[in-house]
Order: sequence, then C-alpha cells, then structure tokens
Amino acid sequence: MFDDGTPIYRQIADQIKAEIMNGSLEPGGKVMSTNQYAAFYKINPATAQKAFRELVDEGVLYKQRGVGMFVADDARERLAADFRERFFERVLAPLVQEARQAGIAITDIIDYLEAQEGARK
Amino acid sequence: MSFTASLRDVTLKYKDTDALADVNLELEAGKIYGLLGRNGAGKTSLLSLLAAFRKPTSGEILIGGEPVWENAAVVSRVALIREGGDFDDADTVKAAIDTGQIRPGFDTEYALKLAERFELPLKKKVRELSRGKRSALAAVCGLAARAELTMFDEVHLGMDAPTRDAFYKELLAEYMDRPHTVILSTHLIDEVANYLEEVIIVDRGRILRHEELEVFQGMGATLTGPAAAVDAVAAGLEVLAEQQLGGTKAATVAALDPGARERAAASGLEIGPVGLQDLFIHLTEPTRKGA
Repeated sequence: MFDDGTPIYRQIADQIKAEIMNGSLEPGGKVMSTNQYAAFYKINPATAQKAFRELVDEGVLYKQRGVGMFVADDARERLAADFRERFFERVLAPLVQEARQAGIAITDIIDYLEAQEGARK
Repeated sequence: MSFTASLRDVTLKYKDTDALADVNLELEAGKIYGLLGRNGAGKTSLLSLLAAFRKPTSGEILIGGEPVWENAAVVSRVALIREGGDFDDADTVKAAIDTGQIRPGFDTEYALKLAERFELPLKKKVRELSRGKRSALAAVCGLAARAELTMFDEVHLGMDAPTRDAFYKELLAEYMDRPHTVILSTHLIDEVANYLEEVIIVDRGRILRHEELEVFQGMGATLTGPAAAVDAVAAGLEVLAEQQLGGTKAATVAALDPGARERAAASGLEIGPVGLQDLFIHLTEPTRKGA
C-alpha cells in the first residue's frame, strides 16, 4: 500500500492533502480519527498521529478537543501554492531529466504540450 | 495504566556463557516495540527476565518502576506468551482459556470471542491442536490477559498468513482500545514493521540498536548507477553490501547523510530504500565489524 522511499506518515499526510485538493474532503469537514486510519492502513497509531500533527502544524487541519479533526476552511488555498511548487519539482524535473536521457529537446516537449492543448479546444 | 520497563546493567549467564551481557534498556509505557535478533541472540532471555521467569545473574530489572522479581502485584499484570503457550496438554481448549483467569485483568468473554474468530475448537484437548491452532490459542490468551506489559515471543509460529493477519489486527485493536506496552519478538520483520513504534535489535547478548522504526526505515539506502559514480559517493560511507552487473553497481550503505544524498542525486544515481529486514540482516552479519 505504501511506496518504500517516503516515511509512511508523510504518505498519509500527502494523501489527505490530495483528498482536500480533489474535493473528497470538504473544508470544515471531519477527518477520520487516528485510530481509524491506523486500523485501515494497519499501522501503528503513533504514525497516523504524526501525519495529523504535521497537517495541524501546516494549518491544513485543526483539532477540536474531544470532537476530532477537521479540514481548515482555507486548506485548499494553503495547499494550492504547495501543489504548484511540487508539481514542478516532482513531475516536471524528472520529466526534463528523462527527456534529456532520451535525447528529446525541450522544444519538442513544448510543441507536444501545445498540440495537446490545441486538441482540447 | 501501562508499564515502563527498564533493564540496568543486566547480565544473565547460563553456566559459563553470557546469554545477556551488561544490557541497558529503557522502554516507555504504552508503545509497541519490535524485538529483533538472530536465533540465540538473547531475545527470549531478555523477555524471560522482564516476565520474572528468570532471575538475572546481576543487574536490576524494573517494571512500572518496581523490581519485578518475586513481585506478585506487578507480575500478575505482565504477560509473556511463549511459543507453544505453556499449556497443560491434557486440558481442553476451554480449560486452557479458563486458566488465564488467574490474572486480574483476564477477560474471559473477550477470550471466547477471539477463540471463535480464530476457529479454536473449545472441546478439543490442547495436545490435539495443530501447531498453528496452538499458537492461535496462545495469542488469544495473551490478548485476553489485558496485561499492562504484554510480550509475544514468536507466537506467530505455525500460523498461516490469514491467521497472522487476524492476530495483528486484533493486537492493534486491543492496543488502541486500551493502551498498554507491547513487545513483539519475531523473525517476520517486514510483516510486522508498520505496527511497531520502536525497534530493538539484540545481537550476541547485547543491544545492538534501539531506535524509532522511522529511524531504521530512513537509515540505509541502496545506490545504483555507473560503478565509478557509485564508488565516488559511497567512499567514506559504511558499505553493507555491494553487487555489480556489468558496468552497473549497487551499493547498500548503512546510513546516507544529507550531503551524500545530494551528491548521489547530483551524480544521477538511483537512491532506493532499504527495508527493515534487509537492514537487520546486514546489521547482524557475523563478519560485520563493530557490530
């Protein structure tokens, strides 16, 4: 269920962020408890807790004592910049490297993307 | 309430051999620990001391801050489940479960529910059980003991994969329902890794490493790429294993610091993780220096 490289708590945090971005978790909505996450993913609850702590520190989630964890109202805005930055780092940087190895010029990639975009219109 | 556990300068000798030598170990309350070690490394000795099944040759063992030896109040809330379960073979499964009631926290209703889940035949004699069912019975008694320190020593032996999976799930559910200290001793390292919060590696009667699971998981790395580039990055690092295929080399290093990680990335090397089990194999390699 998890890739090996990244710590599991970070993968869980990333997944929650992705769910907020794609709308399956609404701002103000309640998030499952750490114990529910632990049981679902078969992990130590401390690992799930760590993911939640990170998201609270980043202002993505907030805790209501005795009630649970909720998605911050501005979580999507907070995450948008982050996702944009990560897109370049995680998606485009490896793509450029791969293209270089294959001897593909950047201009070829741009042409391809423009053709795709043109086809969509 | 869950128990802390401490071993202070503990040595355990069997005749002239040291099963454990000068062991110092501090376990916090309420965590799930993995106890790893090769056969004969001292895992069972260590657990037997914590359960007061044995007395150390020297040193001090505290459970919940109190000396454990001949301390009935503490020992009755410590459960060590050994392979085979220490049952009376002539008992029926039901009678074996009922024996658990000598512990103050034992929950018979829960034990019977678990027995059903693990498909244990209550009327059968313990001696008639398969190895896997016997292990499942031991696991059931361990879980239902509802102790403050519960230790499972190779309790998975003989269990098939679905039974082990059910056992881990029940263990986790019981742990979340009622936080207590758990020590799992096992050889099926990758199977239990994610359930653990901290990992202790015992090697030749000593504590080799005791870290959070995440530290182990982020510790090692496998560097793969052109041999010269791999050698350049790996120089000065502790190389645990090397493999070469034509001009491509893979080097497993015990630890990859951020500087080395950057150099590896800059040289275009592929950086792969090292699983806990592989790391364990390397760390306990008999020829390894300074182990």
